[in-house]
Amino acid sequence: MGDRWVRHRAAELATFAQDALPTHESSPAAVVFPATRGQLIAVMKTLHAHGTPFVARGAGTGLSGGAVANRDAVIIGLTRLNRILSIDPTRRCAIVEPGVVNARLTDATMRHGLLYAPDPSSQTACTLGGNVAENAGGPHCLKYGVTTNHVLAAEVVLPDGSTARLGSPAGEAWGPDLLGVFVGSEGMFGIASEITLRLVPAPSAIRTFLADFASVRAASEAVSAIIATGILPAALEMMDQVCIQAVEASIYAAGYPVDAAAVLIVELDGSDEAVRADAELVGPLLKRFGRTVRSAEDAAERARLWQGRKKAFGAMGRIAPDLAVQDAVVPRSKLPDVLDQVGAIGRRHDLLVSNVFHAGDGNLHPNISFDRRDLARADRVHHALSDIMHACVAVGGTLTGEHGVGSDKRDYMPLVFDAATLDAMCRVRRVFDPTERANPGKVLPVHACREWRAGGVI
Amino acid sequence: MRTEILARLRALLGDQGALTGADGVPRALPDTVESMAQVCHVAHAEGWKVRVEGEGSWLPPDAPADLAVSTRALDQVLEVSPSDLTATAQGGVRMEALRRRLAEHELWLPIDPPGRPDRTLGSVLATATPGPLRLGSGAVRDYVLGCSVATGDGRIVRAGGKVMKNVAGYDLTRLQVGGFGAFGIITEAHLKLRAVPRADVTLLVRGQRDDLTASARAAMEAGVPCAALELFSPALAADADWVLAARIMGSDGAVAADVRRLRAAAPRSWAPLDAEASASFWSQAARGVIGMPVSVRFGVLADGLDELLDLVTRDLSEGLITAGAGGGLRWSGTATPERLRTLRRLLAEREIPMTLERAPWELRRELGHFGAYREGVSQLVSGLRDAFDPGHTLNVALDGAGA
Repeated sequence: MGDRWVRHRAAELATFAQDALPTHESSPAAVVFPATRGQLIAVMKTLHAHGTPFVARGAGTGLSGGAVANRDAVIIGLTRLNRILSIDPTRRCAIVEPGVVNARLTDATMRHGLLYAPDPSSQTACTLGGNVAENAGGPHCLKYGVTTNHVLAAEVVLPDGSTARLGSPAGEAWGPDLLGVFVGSEGMFGIASEITLRLVPAPSAIRTFLADFASVRAASEAVSAIIATGILPAALEMMDQVCIQAVEASIYAAGYPVDAAAVLIVELDGSDEAVRADAELVGPLLKRFGRTVRSAEDAAERARLWQGRKKAFGAMGRIAPDLAVQDAVVPRSKLPDVLDQVGAIGRRHDLLVSNVFHAGDGNLHPNISFDRRDLARADRVHHALSDIMHACVAVGGTLTGEHGVGSDKRDYMPLVFDAATLDAMCRVRRVFDPTERANPGKVLPVHACREWRAGGVI
Repeated sequence: MRTEILARLRALLGDQGALTGADGVPRALPDTVESMAQVCHVAHAEGWKVRVEGEGSWLPPDAPADLAVSTRALDQVLEVSPSDLTATAQGGVRMEALRRRLAEHELWLPIDPPGRPDRTLGSVLATATPGPLRLGSGAVRDYVLGCSVATGDGRIVRAGGKVMKNVAGYDLTRLQVGGFGAFGIITEAHLKLRAVPRADVTLLVRGQRDDLTASARAAMEAGVPCAALELFSPALAADADWVLAARIMGSDGAVAADVRRLRAAAPRSWAPLDAEASASFWSQAARGVIGMPVSVRFGVLADGLDELLDLVTRDLSEGLITAGAGGGLRWSGTATPERLRTLRRLLAEREIPMTLERAPWELRRELGHFGAYREGVSQLVSGLRDAFDPGHTLNVALDGAGA
C-alpha cells in the first residue's frame, strides 16, 4: 500500500473518529486506503491472518455511528475505489466501485436519459458502497424503492478475504437471495467491491407541488388522503415550522411560507398524461387540507424547492451546534398521532424538536437541536430520543427506515425483535463472518447474543 | 414409526390437527405459528424428515418424509389496513381468497404468479414465482415487508416488520422469499399493497415469434409504461400463433395515452380485450403451465431473449413458454434430468441462472432448484441452511445431487 495510504498518527486518525452521528466518537488503530480491488482483497486477507477487526468506511456521512471503529480495529477507507466501471444504457445498469459518490452516478448517466433513483439527502457526498451497506433511502424512494430495489448484483469480499458473487444482472439470483441479505448488513458481512446497479429512465414529465398547512395534523391528513387515492407520488415530503424557519433563514431559502405550521412537497412524475391526471386529483386534495398550494413553474424553481428540503439538516446548524437526527418508521395512518406525541415529548424535555421527513413512507426524522457541551441538555436529548423511539414502536413502527442501527440504536433492537429473531441474526452474521471481525459492536446487542447462543430456543 | 409419529402429533395438535394422508404419511395441520414451531421442534429432536405442503397445486407434495406439515390450517387474512396499504396474512391463505378479501377494500397485491387460484401465499413467497406483472411491479420480494417463519428446529423467527421502510437489523425476509422453504416454513407475512388501478387494459397481437419480440423491444425502447408485456407460446396462449399481450394500468387518461404510445412504437393490429376476456386470458395463461409436470425459470435479460428462446426450444421442446419483454422466461414441459442439466451448464456460461421451479421429486433431487452457484455462494448457502435448519429436518432439494 505504501506509507501514504496507511494512516496511524493520532492527528490523522481523529478525522475518522466520527461519522455524521455527533454523539459517538472513537479513534481507530489505523486507516488504510486500498485503490484497487486487488489491494482491497490483500488488505482483508492480511487483517484476517492477524485476526484484526475492521470497519469499512465510505464518505463517513452515516447517521448511526456505523463507520466508526474502536481502537483495536482498522478502518478500510473506500474512497479511492471510486471508478464507474461501466454504464450500459441498453441494459439500463451500471457497474461501480464502492467509493463512487451517489450523485456522480446520475451525473454520468443523465446523458443516456437514465438516472440512479435512490437519492439520500447526503447524495453529493455519500458513497454507493455505503448506500449498499445501509440500504439507504431518500425522498424519491417512495415510488422507486430504496437501495435494495436497485442493486442487481455485487461482488463482495468476505471478512476472510475470499470473494462471492451475489445476484445477477437480470435480477434472478443464482440461488437464494443472498444479495438481498447482504444489502443493509451495515458492513458486517463483508465489503462490496463491485456493485451492479439498476438505472431507471428519467421521467418525461415532473410536477412539484408545495402546499402549506395551518397544523401538522392537517398536513399528515393530506398525506393519508393522497396515499389512499392509489396515486404513488415520486416523493411526498414534510417539514414543520421549526425546520421551515431554519431553511428560510439560511442560504438555502426556498420560499417556504415561514408562518406555516408545516409544508408538504409532493412530486408527481411519469408521462405527461399520467402527471396531468394525477395532478387533477392531488391538487384539490392539498387545497382541501391546506392553506395555499402552488406548483413549481420551471426546473429552477423545482430545484430550489428541493434544495431547501435536502439541505434542511445543514440549515438546522443555525439553531445550535449539534443536531440529533432520529430516524423511525411508523404505519402511515399513525403519522398524525405520532407527530403529536413527538411534539409533546419535546415539550416535556424542554427541547427544540423539528421534523423533516419522508411522510409518504411514514419515515420520520424528528431532530433535536442541542449543544453537546451542555451535558444536562445532552442527557435530556438522549431521553427524548428514547421516548420518541418507544412511541414509534408502540404503534407498530420500527427503529430505522434508512439510517441503520449502527452503534446508535443497537440497544433498542430488543424493542422490535424477540430473542429468537436476534439469535437468528447472530447466526446469519457468523455464516458470513465466523470470527465476528467485520464492523464489530454494531447492530446486534452481542452481550445478550452470547446467552442466546448457549440457549438456542427461548 | 408412522403410528408413533401420528400419536405424537395428536398429542400436540389434537385429533383435528393430525391425519394420515392418502400416501400413508402422517400429516400435521398446525393452526398457529407456535404449534407449527412445536411440530418442527419435535421432528428435529426425533430426527424425522419433514416435507412442507400448501395446497399441493404448485410443487408436488412428493418429497420423501416421515411427516408432512401442511400450512392449510393457517389460512387467515389477519389484517387489512387500507390507509397504510398493508395486510397481514398467514402462509396457508389461498391467493384467490386473499385477492377477494383485498378487493373488498379496492386493494390488490400486484403480483400474478402462475398456477391455480387456490395456490397458497406461502407457496408463492417461498418459491418467489414471478408472473407477467414483474415488468411493472417488480419482484415478489418487493411486496413482503416482513414474515414469520418456523425454523427447521422449531424456533420462531420474525423478520422485518409492517412498515414501508425498514433497515432495523439484517434483512432476513429476503432469505425466506425464494428460499424454497429451506430456511423455514413461512407462517405469516406482512404485505405491501397497492390501490386497484382505475383503468386496466389488455391488448393482444398474434404473429411470428421473432416479429413479436421485435415489437416488444420497440415498445420497451420507446418507454411505453406497460404493467406487463408478455410473450406466450401458441400452446400456452391456446392459439395457432405466438401471442404478445400488453397490460397497461393507471388513470383513464394516462392509460389511453399509453395505448396510443404502444400503437405508435409497435405498429401492429393490437386487439383490446374487454374486462371479462382480459381476466380470462391472464388466468388461463397462469393456469396453463400446471398442465405440464416441470416449470423452469431463466434469469435472462431482454437482449438475450431471442437466443434463449432458440436454445430452449432446441434443447427442451417448445412446450409452454412465457417471456417478459423486460427479461425473464418460464418454460414448462416434460424433460429428462440430463437435458435440463446440460442446458443449465450451457446457460451458466452465458451468465443466465436457471431455477427449477416445480418438478417431480426425482428431478428436484437430481438437479436441485438452483444447482449451479456462482463463486463463493455454495458455502454461504450451506451455512445459512445450518443456521435455520441445523438438523436438515426440512427435506428441500435446494442444490441437487447431480449439480
